[in-house]
Amino acid sequence: MTDALLTVAGLGKRFGGFVALDGIDFHVQPGERVGLIGPNGSGKSTLVNCISGNLRNETGTVHFNGGALDGLPAYQRTRLGLARSFQLPKPFRSLSVAENLCIPLHYAVNARHGVHLSAAQIGERCEELLRMVALDGKAKARPRDLTQIEMRKLELARAMAAAPKLLIADEAMAGLSHSEVDDIITLLLKLNESGIAVILIEHIMRAVMSFSQRLVVLVAGRKIADGLPQDVVQTPEVLRAYLGE
Amino acid sequence: MKHLTFWSLTALFVIIVFAASRLVTNDYFFFAGYVVLQYIVLATAWNVLGGYTGYINFGTSGFFAIGAYSSVVLHKLWGPPIPVLILIGGVLAGAVGLGMGGLTLRLKGVYFAIGTLALAVVAQTLVTNWDFVGGSRGVYIIRPGSVPLLGSYIHYLFLIMLILAGIAVAIARTIERSTLGYGLAAIRDDEQAAEAAGVPTLKLKLISTTLSGALMGMAGAPLPYYVTYLDPASGFNLTYAVNAIAMPLIGGTTSWLGPVLGAIFLGTIQQAATVTISSSLNLLFVGVLLVLFVVIAPNGLIGLYKPRRRVGATS
Amino acid sequence: MYTDLFLNAIASGILLGGFYAAVTVGLGIAFGMLDVGNLAHPAFVILGSFCVYILNQRFGVDPILAALIMTPFFFVLGAAIYQIYYLCFERRGEEGLRGLAFFFGILFITEVALILGFGVDYRFVEAPYIGPTLHIGSVDLALRTLVPFLISLVMIGALHLFLSKTYIGRAILAVSQDSLALRLMSIRPYRVKLIAFAISIATASLAGAFLIIIQPVEPSIGRDYIGRIFAIVVLGGLGSFPGMMLAAFLLGVAESLTATFYGPSWSPAVAFGLLLLTLAFRPAGILGRRA
Repeated sequence: MTDALLTVAGLGKRFGGFVALDGIDFHVQPGERVGLIGPNGSGKSTLVNCISGNLRNETGTVHFNGGALDGLPAYQRTRLGLARSFQLPKPFRSLSVAENLCIPLHYAVNARHGVHLSAAQIGERCEELLRMVALDGKAKARPRDLTQIEMRKLELARAMAAAPKLLIADEAMAGLSHSEVDDIITLLLKLNESGIAVILIEHIMRAVMSFSQRLVVLVAGRKIADGLPQDVVQTPEVLRAYLGE
Repeated sequence: MKHLTFWSLTALFVIIVFAASRLVTNDYFFFAGYVVLQYIVLATAWNVLGGYTGYINFGTSGFFAIGAYSSVVLHKLWGPPIPVLILIGGVLAGAVGLGMGGLTLRLKGVYFAIGTLALAVVAQTLVTNWDFVGGSRGVYIIRPGSVPLLGSYIHYLFLIMLILAGIAVAIARTIERSTLGYGLAAIRDDEQAAEAAGVPTLKLKLISTTLSGALMGMAGAPLPYYVTYLDPASGFNLTYAVNAIAMPLIGGTTSWLGPVLGAIFLGTIQQAATVTISSSLNLLFVGVLLVLFVVIAPNGLIGLYKPRRRVGATS
Repeated sequence: MYTDLFLNAIASGILLGGFYAAVTVGLGIAFGMLDVGNLAHPAFVILGSFCVYILNQRFGVDPILAALIMTPFFFVLGAAIYQIYYLCFERRGEEGLRGLAFFFGILFITEVALILGFGVDYRFVEAPYIGPTLHIGSVDLALRTLVPFLISLVMIGALHLFLSKTYIGRAILAVSQDSLALRLMSIRPYRVKLIAFAISIATASLAGAFLIIIQPVEPSIGRDYIGRIFAIVVLGGLGSFPGMMLAAFLLGVAESLTATFYGPSWSPAVAFGLLLLTLAFRPAGILGRRA
């Protein structure tokens, strides 16, 4: 476990009197595909926010790539190689699609030690990314002109642009059609092939089952299962959480 | 257009305007022109923080007056030339901007806006109670009679403000088309997403606040010599705060051109109006224009020329 | 003698605080609960003062009564303004910068319209409780500050009861916390917010009466109050009535003490200085929930 890419230990988060996360322990190995599921309100997004630095956890620690993340602002975590996409896409509306991707290229990638990308190189990487998500025809378009799935692809592409070692995809497929879901899965698998670990948070079970090497289940702020997908879905606690007594 | 080209063109423009002004014989032109140029600086400065970064400053008069009153203090103690006053005024106002930013920028934008209001009032109260700069009674500044080569002193002030306006606009455009500008735009559009994309939001916001405050202070530094009598009521006048907001909003907040257009448009009207109608009516007019533009033409005059495309998104 | 001064400063500070609370409660609802940064609220209070002035000086109506008569009109005015604000800003999701600029413009327009209508002279009202002073031991309580204080407490108490006991009131509290949940209960947040904002402007009528009873009023003094009421709302914590009351009293006493011992020209700095400090060190306020 010492060479895990991401280690979350004893993570706790409260909102006033409400305990959103209660002592979460989990880890992600380099290049691993982990699925994170749980009923609505179970704390999945809160967990993501605490890992990414958008929220401060009260207890517990987060270690990434050998270093502690506690206290670091979100932008520094991104620079260290931990990227996330948002559940509801948050594009930069006044910028073009291509410019949206340039932001993380300038501020996450180019800010790393020893990285000196020229403007031309940034432009190239941007085009590569656009091709990868099949948005190269829309480079100059504004986010408001994109369709639902194109927005989600842009959201993922922007997280990918930060050249992360770990990508957290937060419900990237909600509301998409069957074939569109397949598109996103294919995209994430391709990403994973290049060595990037992925945490997939989803409600669409067939996507999670086919994508994940390991499944983690969160219910009411606690982790109740962590193992191979086919085993996890058989455990009594998980069945109870999803189907009732 | 590359940065160097724009700076060169701006310098050229300044020279042309200055040369043309030598042909004008009526001194009133220079008095009115100074005010319009001053507003170009103020509106541009405001827009760096307001339009580019998305954080509203209601306390423009505070930063402006810091520049003006630091000049008063220095004039009484030492009497340096105006360019030095401008530099010092800029540094002081910038420092205040930095300090205030440090206190309030971690919170939502509304709190920063309220904080700027608070700052302006605290500054005004401090000055009102400070006898060295005249307190509430005000202070008189003797303006030198004439300047070699240029003629009357107001020509010199006009030139100074013209150069300052050129510098402010060139700085604004340089920021706008740079990596910093993209970072600020990201913060403005979605600060959380910007953080997630690696943008050091607090640092950039502080840079923006400091720069904006510094420019406002620089605009205020020559003021005592222009008005020759300065008291807190006029130095901290609400008109500066309102105009600094109205001009970029009316001209357009997304580019360096907006504040310039807004300042020329609104500034010229106001200068003409103060001669013909009361200053209250003038203020009413600005208020109405502001509300109208904010409601009907959110992208300002620039937006009217390049209308926002209403392409239907299927999301 | 020092103790007398001190006691009197505290007493008048508390009375002042009660008055400040009345002026602030409208913003407490608009900004604290609806997230509408209504910078123009003080202008409506001044408008209230002038309405009361007309009814009092032209028709001899008691100021408090006059304010109560005007309250329904202010309610309608508030509804109209929220309607415009909603159509132009909230619905488009552009509340931030442009919404604030909108209210800034309204503040301006109202102030200048009043100047054009009434000039810059100070106006005052007449009522039997404006002259006399109550003496309790060494403490002097001027009736013109005591009466508004008492009625203000009643008004705020009534509002608090309304918000916590009635259906609409509870809907308002709910919408301030979670408008999505409200929608799921088939209550349209828009209607609830409309009523809440209308109430917030309606309070300006009575607050305006209090103001012109306590001191002579001219159109531009609204600006002195922007900072005060924002300071109180932020210091007290958004959405917290008890917090707001506490903050109002704190501010009143602080200003009163400053004015007594350092001179009234320092008073504006008290509110705004407190505001800056609160923002810097405890943005959630004394009793607040969120920053």
